[in-house]
Amino acid sequence: MARLLFLGRLEDIAGVPELVIPLTEPTSLGDVLTMLPPFVAEALAGPKIKLALNGALVAAGGLVVGAGDELAFLPPVSGG
Amino acid sequence: MAEVRLADAAFDPAAEIAAFAAAHDIAGGIVSFIGQVRAGDGVEALELRHFEPLTLPGMMGLAAEVEARWALAGLLVIHRTGVMAPGAPIVLVCAAARHRRDAFAAADYAMDHLKSDSWFWKREQANGKWRWIEPRAEDHADLARWG
Repeated sequence: MARLLFLGRLEDIAGVPELVIPLTEPTSLGDVLTMLPPFVAEALAGPKIKLALNGALVAAGGLVVGAGDELAFLPPVSGG
Repeated sequence: MAEVRLADAAFDPAAEIAAFAAAHDIAGGIVSFIGQVRAGDGVEALELRHFEPLTLPGMMGLAAEVEARWALAGLLVIHRTGVMAPGAPIVLVCAAARHRRDAFAAADYAMDHLKSDSWFWKREQANGKWRWIEPRAEDHADLARWG
């Protein structure tokens, strides 16, 4: 199992703030995205989306998600 | 040492500024900025979301950067999360310095970076409907001023 978190507007696109997916072995980001509806995967793979694996920022290239991991998808910020 | 807080409930900017001024009485000047929820356009509420592992550490990193860049006697940053009504304070930045220009610049820099370079997502409820606020091009232009 791995937990996916959708921040900001990505929550509305995914329809949920988080999702648990049944991972048993290390899985590439691309394969994780194929487990989601295509329109959700497309939004998550956008060039402006940043990623945090277990709370630390990571690059999308070569990313592998394992069982027990938490992967957060972070769209462009708008604070203040 | 800067004081940086994420507030999940209402705070009182006047009381915070008074306490900050008292704690930094060696400073000749204090610049404070209050951001509040804008009324009008049918806005009923504003919500700020954050991401626990990154938001507060990011704000602390920003505060350290500000303190390294300007000669300050003190720096206070408070940023709300959660749902707020029009008129409610969202953010407070106070910079205390011996000389006013350092205080003005430090507060300005901190606000520009809180708006467009900190881990917050904002949505607004108007006429019963929530919509996410996208970052504005002006915010990025503001950031670019600092090189």
